[in-house]
Amino acid sequence: MIEVNDLHKSFGAVKAVDGVSFVARDGEITGLLGPNGAGKTTTLRMLYTLMKPDSGSVRVDGIDVAADATAVRRLLGVLPDARGLYKRLTARENIDYFARLQGLDAQTRNQRAAALISALDMADIADRRTEGFSQGQRVKTAIARALVHDPTNVILDEPTNGLDVMATRAMRAFMRRLRYEGRCVLFSSHIMQEVAALCDRIVVIARGRVVADASPDALLEQTGAASLEDAFVAIIGSEEGLAA
Amino acid sequence: MKSAMIVFLKEVRENLRDRRTVINTLLTGPLLAPVIFVLIINGIVARELDKADKALQVPVAGAEYAPNLIAALKQQNIEIKDAPADAERAVREMDADLVLRIPKSYADSWSKGESAQVELIYDASQRDAQGSVGRLRAALEGYSQRGGALRLLARGISPAVIRPLVVADRDQSTAQTRSGTLFAMLPYFFILGAFIGGMALAIDTTAGERERQSLEPLLVNPVARGKILIGKLAATSAFALISVLLSIVAFAVVGRFLPTEKLGMSLELGVHFAALTMLVMLPLVFLISTLQTLAAAFAKSFREAQTYLSLLMFVPAVPTMLLSLFPIKTQTWMYAVPLMGQQITITRLMRGETITAEQLGLCFACTAAAGLLVYLITAQIYRGERLAISA
Repeated sequence: MIEVNDLHKSFGAVKAVDGVSFVARDGEITGLLGPNGAGKTTTLRMLYTLMKPDSGSVRVDGIDVAADATAVRRLLGVLPDARGLYKRLTARENIDYFARLQGLDAQTRNQRAAALISALDMADIADRRTEGFSQGQRVKTAIARALVHDPTNVILDEPTNGLDVMATRAMRAFMRRLRYEGRCVLFSSHIMQEVAALCDRIVVIARGRVVADASPDALLEQTGAASLEDAFVAIIGSEEGLAA
Repeated sequence: MKSAMIVFLKEVRENLRDRRTVINTLLTGPLLAPVIFVLIINGIVARELDKADKALQVPVAGAEYAPNLIAALKQQNIEIKDAPADAERAVREMDADLVLRIPKSYADSWSKGESAQVELIYDASQRDAQGSVGRLRAALEGYSQRGGALRLLARGISPAVIRPLVVADRDQSTAQTRSGTLFAMLPYFFILGAFIGGMALAIDTTAGERERQSLEPLLVNPVARGKILIGKLAATSAFALISVLLSIVAFAVVGRFLPTEKLGMSLELGVHFAALTMLVMLPLVFLISTLQTLAAAFAKSFREAQTYLSLLMFVPAVPTMLLSLFPIKTQTWMYAVPLMGQQITITRLMRGETITAEQLGLCFACTAAAGLLVYLITAQIYRGERLAISA
């Protein structure tokens, strides 16, 4: 479970994140939805301890990020916006490197790698060097190495970015599987259909603030819109109206 | 330290798979310098020996006016040739190194007991010809002195009367010190070896990792950034160290094939030299690798990092140039200056001079301290938030 309480982060005069609070529960997929530049990536970076918030707190499975960042990182599986691989290593070696850094023993490393390679359907590419991988193959490898330590909480920053239809469908199926396994799945997206198709809970962020936090059905009810997309526009639009 | 080891092993493995890195660090860097060195030295030696053993060929105009002088020159292993029509032009256009011209009035002046003049036509800006000019001049002056002495004796005067002062040369250079000047560039090659050896990894592990967007995922792992940095620095240092080691070994091997003894020089490139050189290079390799990593950490891209590191490569040339331009007396504080200390130590070792344990210790400790300082700065940068954020 990830609990976010009143996060603030500024870069110079720009307030990137301006009081974000929400909770992502175990066994649920929580979608962080917002237009480009709304502060999604910055929020996620504070969750996975890459950035320190100016104020506010983050707790993962009850552990405060500020108190013990290393312990929190053990509980998190992260697919950041940057998902570069080591192109002179094979996919399996890429996964193994992160497994070692997570401190796993040899037997666990091999078991986890084998399980993920089969779950992500990447047996055919596992022992190829990642140079020349397609976007889909790269994302699969990046996810496998992010989840190699079997984390209870999974954070995915725009996981379907740049994927084709088949790869996107496979990714959604994989995320449902993570939910089925009882994990807390938090992902960001700026694509409405994606959030609608997957989420148990939607947190809408605009201009560094949470402007809605509800289930998809509740969101429709709240706005009286016919589709989620209309609801999204209504929420963002009204915010802009308020700001103006 | 286990995580640092994991990072170290991964960086080494990954970079060993990059053919270009391997060729540059383990082949070109350490071996290019000795090869160039052998070629240069052999060229110099061959030319010098050539000149010393061979008869000096001198075009002489008007040889018929001074048969005695010509005979004396021939005895000095000088071969008389016909002079070109326009001696000045031939020298200017480098058709001849020098031309000796004996005027018609020579015999007349000589027999009257006056100073007879001969003209030596040469170009002082032609360094190559200076050896020949010097040899001919010495032969001519020898002949002049012998003639003068005979004239004085004929008048019953001791030749010593006109030579109240005789200069006797007592050259204090030894075979080792003479080679020192010729091999002043050698330490620079070792230091350059460290730069070239670490360059690829310093860039790849920092700016490269950021550019290919793998730094952010790496830093999300539950490993302190300091340990990641140590692993990366260790990998960079290891490559640089191997490069230097190969360079030293290559020089030690090549040194045996240099015809230095023919030049009256000797080099101490044995095991003792290699061991002590490696010892003083050890902290320098760490300092250089850390500096390179620091510079690369500031760079936003691979290309930018390459520019920074290329500029950094000029730094070790500074003490080399200073010491060759101003050959000042070595003082103790110089051992404490990184780069300069290594330069002096290696030069002295090569010349077979002794280095005290204090001097070695000073050189090692001060460079190590500088390396540690740069490491702390780099660690500070690594802890910074901005480091991981790509683009």
